[in-house]
Amino acid sequence: MKVLLSWLREFAPDLPQDPAAIGDALGALGTPVEEMQLIGEGLDGIVVARVLNVRPHPDADRIQLVDVDAGNGEALQICCGAFNMEVGDLVPLATIGTVMPGGMEIARRKLRGQWSNGMLCSPPELGLPGDGGGILVLGDGHEAGTPLREALGLESDVLYDLEINPNRPDAMSVAGIARDLAAHHKVSFALPVPDLSLVAQGEPVDDLISVENLAADLCGRFTARVLQGVTVGPSPRHIANRLTLLGMRPINNVVDASNYVMLELGQPSHPYDLALVGGGGLRVRRAREGESLVTLDGVERRFTTDDLLICDANDVPNGIGGVMGGASSEISESTTDVLVEMAWFQPLTIAKSSRRLGVRSEASARFEKGCDPEIIPLAHERFIELLGSAVARVATGIVDVPGELPTAPSVRVRTARVNGILGTEIEASQIRELLEPIGFRATPTGEDNDVSIPSWRLDSATEIDVIEEVARHYGYARIGAVVPPAVHFGGLSARQADRRAARDVLVGLGLAEALPMPFLAPADLERAELPYEAISITNPLIADESVLRTSLLPGLLKTIAYNESHRAAGVAIFELGHVFRVPDEPQPLPDERDHLAVAIARSEAPAAVEIWQALAEALAITDRELVTAEAPGLHPTRTASVLVAGETLGSVGEVHPRVLEAFDITERVAWLEVDLGRLLDLPHGARPYRPVSRYPSSDIDLAFEAPDQVPAAALDRALRDAVGPLLAQLELFDVYRGPGLTDGARSLAYRLRLQASDHTLTDSEIAEARGRAIQAVTDATGATLRS
Amino acid sequence: MIDDIEAIAAGGAARLAQATTLEDLRALETELLGKRSELSAVKQRLGALGADERKTVGRAVNEARGVLEAAADARRKSLQSDDLDQRLEIERLDLTEYAGAGRRHGHKHLVTQAQERLEDVFIGLGFTIAEGPEAEDDFHNFSALNFPPGHPARDMYDTLYLDYGEPGSTLLRTHTSPVQIRVMQSLPPPIYMIMPGRVFRQDTADATHMPVFHQIEGLVIDKGITFAHLAGTIDAFSKAFFGGDFASRLRPAYFPFTEPSAEFDILRPDGGYMELGGCGMVHPNVLANCGLDPEEWQGFAFGFGIDRFAKERHGVDDLRDLFSNDVRFLEQF
Repeated sequence: MKVLLSWLREFAPDLPQDPAAIGDALGALGTPVEEMQLIGEGLDGIVVARVLNVRPHPDADRIQLVDVDAGNGEALQICCGAFNMEVGDLVPLATIGTVMPGGMEIARRKLRGQWSNGMLCSPPELGLPGDGGGILVLGDGHEAGTPLREALGLESDVLYDLEINPNRPDAMSVAGIARDLAAHHKVSFALPVPDLSLVAQGEPVDDLISVENLAADLCGRFTARVLQGVTVGPSPRHIANRLTLLGMRPINNVVDASNYVMLELGQPSHPYDLALVGGGGLRVRRAREGESLVTLDGVERRFTTDDLLICDANDVPNGIGGVMGGASSEISESTTDVLVEMAWFQPLTIAKSSRRLGVRSEASARFEKGCDPEIIPLAHERFIELLGSAVARVATGIVDVPGELPTAPSVRVRTARVNGILGTEIEASQIRELLEPIGFRATPTGEDNDVSIPSWRLDSATEIDVIEEVARHYGYARIGAVVPPAVHFGGLSARQADRRAARDVLVGLGLAEALPMPFLAPADLERAELPYEAISITNPLIADESVLRTSLLPGLLKTIAYNESHRAAGVAIFELGHVFRVPDEPQPLPDERDHLAVAIARSEAPAAVEIWQALAEALAITDRELVTAEAPGLHPTRTASVLVAGETLGSVGEVHPRVLEAFDITERVAWLEVDLGRLLDLPHGARPYRPVSRYPSSDIDLAFEAPDQVPAAALDRALRDAVGPLLAQLELFDVYRGPGLTDGARSLAYRLRLQASDHTLTDSEIAEARGRAIQAVTDATGATLRS
Repeated sequence: MIDDIEAIAAGGAARLAQATTLEDLRALETELLGKRSELSAVKQRLGALGADERKTVGRAVNEARGVLEAAADARRKSLQSDDLDQRLEIERLDLTEYAGAGRRHGHKHLVTQAQERLEDVFIGLGFTIAEGPEAEDDFHNFSALNFPPGHPARDMYDTLYLDYGEPGSTLLRTHTSPVQIRVMQSLPPPIYMIMPGRVFRQDTADATHMPVFHQIEGLVIDKGITFAHLAGTIDAFSKAFFGGDFASRLRPAYFPFTEPSAEFDILRPDGGYMELGGCGMVHPNVLANCGLDPEEWQGFAFGFGIDRFAKERHGVDDLRDLFSNDVRFLEQF
């Protein structure tokens, strides 16, 4: 929303002089200034010049030579980088010695050997809104040599571009902003009082038109006035200038007056050429399902019964209520009688229509925030006043068809509540003083106030809404800042500390943390050969991001492929992130799990096992085992399931070569993925103290020949079970395949360190333990002791 | 005889001193000090001597023995030392060959680093941490936060919906605020918690936007909590995170789930400021939606993005770099 300081002053003449102070106040009121522009500054020395001749520069392609008459009838040569002017055009010329708004001083200078006696200017070079792609070409009717400021009717002014929050319908107008600013600065504010004393009265408006409201629930007020004998032509310069500065294109005096009133008072209106309105009247009604209309922008729009249509008296649709007009009854130069429609539409209806139809207009932006239904009569009068002598007569009266309007409530505002919420010590009388200037009428009742909400603040309906207004006008900066007094203790939960520990371990092991997007293409899941049912995104921006990942595998493989393609081999990465699956049993939300995955390129499966080992030790996961198994996407003969407390939590091993090929990865990739969330639910982290034995230990080495299908884990378990507490340490120190062994078998050599906590082991105890160990392995696995 | 003994000692000591290897030295020791050595022979003859002479010669033999043993020890030490020097020389390594190779330390992602730093500051301010699901329902993401269905403020969020349950019922959370609701529904006040996490918007990636990004949310619910406490907490955070000479400023704003609402800026010591996030007093409707009586409990909430901290701390100018997962980027931090 743009506002001009001069326009604000029309309603609040005593605002401070300093534009920056007003900018700060706008920010403190919750309408922050996105951009502040000084208009009409530094235009001394810039005059209107007429283009006499346009010639190519002999030695340059990007500039041309323009001869202009700056008022004395002589041709002045200018070098110009723009090509958008023609002979006869009037253009702004910065004469020698001019200091431009940007601070540059214009001097006589040579460009590629040709003299330039000044500079022709684009709108931004003049600090004016508009396109910087060419020179500003002025309309006809100016004398060459006229100062530009005079020609444009420009006064020095300040243009603020404000950000307006959805809860500030009042801030969608110059008057509303002025009211808020005046209250802030404690200066007077008054709405305009149109003077229609010179306007001739026509016949009664009810005799001229009919108006029907068939959607009273969506259209709270539907009004029309008729202007007769209208001369359609250009607007007075100051109106056209203000519209231009606020970003609207001047069209003709009638349309411009409509826009001017909307910018000034926040009330959109629609002027019709009465002669073109079928049946001489208007009707507002819900659209019929499938009904359509070509709007002003030339697009055919199709409606549902939730849209509002403005139709003529013959029920032919003319425009979308509150959103956009139709082309059929536009104001033109042949128009003589004008019907002006002003209405109040239900905000949510307009918001929905505008969104569904993909049409946003200045009008819809105001209606959907909630206009002031009470401003309509004044807006009509202001409209008539602006047209001035272009209107011959105004039909007497106004057609005013009521609908359902929200009732502006009265709210009890408890003084103790205000201070309890804000942490202030504001008195009831001070609350009244803060609210009255913005139109919230407060009546004392005991210690508190009963506050009636103004018609332009339909967003406000409850005590807390009013408290926010009190806070805004008291000033957020004045409220103070104290830390809550309660004693409370911060910290990480055990789970959060464990997640951090897991990251620290992986980083310590040399892995880099990646954060791939959780979105995938359905083909990514297929390439990774993952069987889980994925959840689709209903409205993805691109098809490549249309499903949620069911595993961290595709994302990390894509990461490795990306890095490989950038000549980074041997990438070692990890990720902690959520995966999403369709749950087996119905539940309110998707099956969402917190996973941990590690991918090490140019490495084989054992590298991943080592990572799991280190991670498990860091988190003190003692009840764990690996069980040879196959898993989706992983190498069928190099994968094991990760079990904790007997529960399968994931897999460790290597990625399937076929999957690697599908992802264009040429290296082997060692892989680990576990359900970290579930893992941290299971028992872990206990580190009971075991006294270190003071008695000597004895080592015995045992080598077994075990068939390949017997996992080392089975021998490990048998040895531990058989030797029991005497086994202080167990190490698989050699694995051998080759001559001397049966085909399909390998030698597994273990070193058992035996130690008792309370005595030195005797030879017979050691021999007995050895015998138990061998027997147990043979019984449990069929492996035989090598001699 | 004494002269002979002294000659044996002198000659032997000279030979010992010239032994070239430890083996030679051992052989010489046997020859000069062993059972068959000249000295031993002299000693064996002592018995045939008179008492006085025996005493004198015996002392000379012991002295000679001492001289030879000392010479052998000295030579042994010298040879051993040479031997070690030689071994050490053989073991010489150019360690500069190893710098830059082998085992490396890994790298936490920049976003994780920023999140942990923020968490630690809030832990210091007495907060604990809560988390919630990324796939959310409409109730927690919108309705409970005072965005009724059809509310225009929902347009401020370009929501990604999931094909799950009733159409429009399940979505990827657009902010971390639904965790507020989950916390208030499950924990009795007082609540002093932060809620960091991933959030999602239907957005095209560019230098300053990503469809997936990270936020941190704070929630305080207690008796007698005021807007001034909110301002005090934001200010304490500014000083704890950025430095004691930083301050903060609140400006009126609008969020459906807080009222009064504010944007907050961090004020730098040089007079500049940066817009950080949004905050406000938890709206009475939100408290009521979570089963808390707004007349009994009050509180505030605040939230801001994490990724820009990661980005700005290291001068990364394009947000997309942060999520490229290019190891040439990841390994810098």
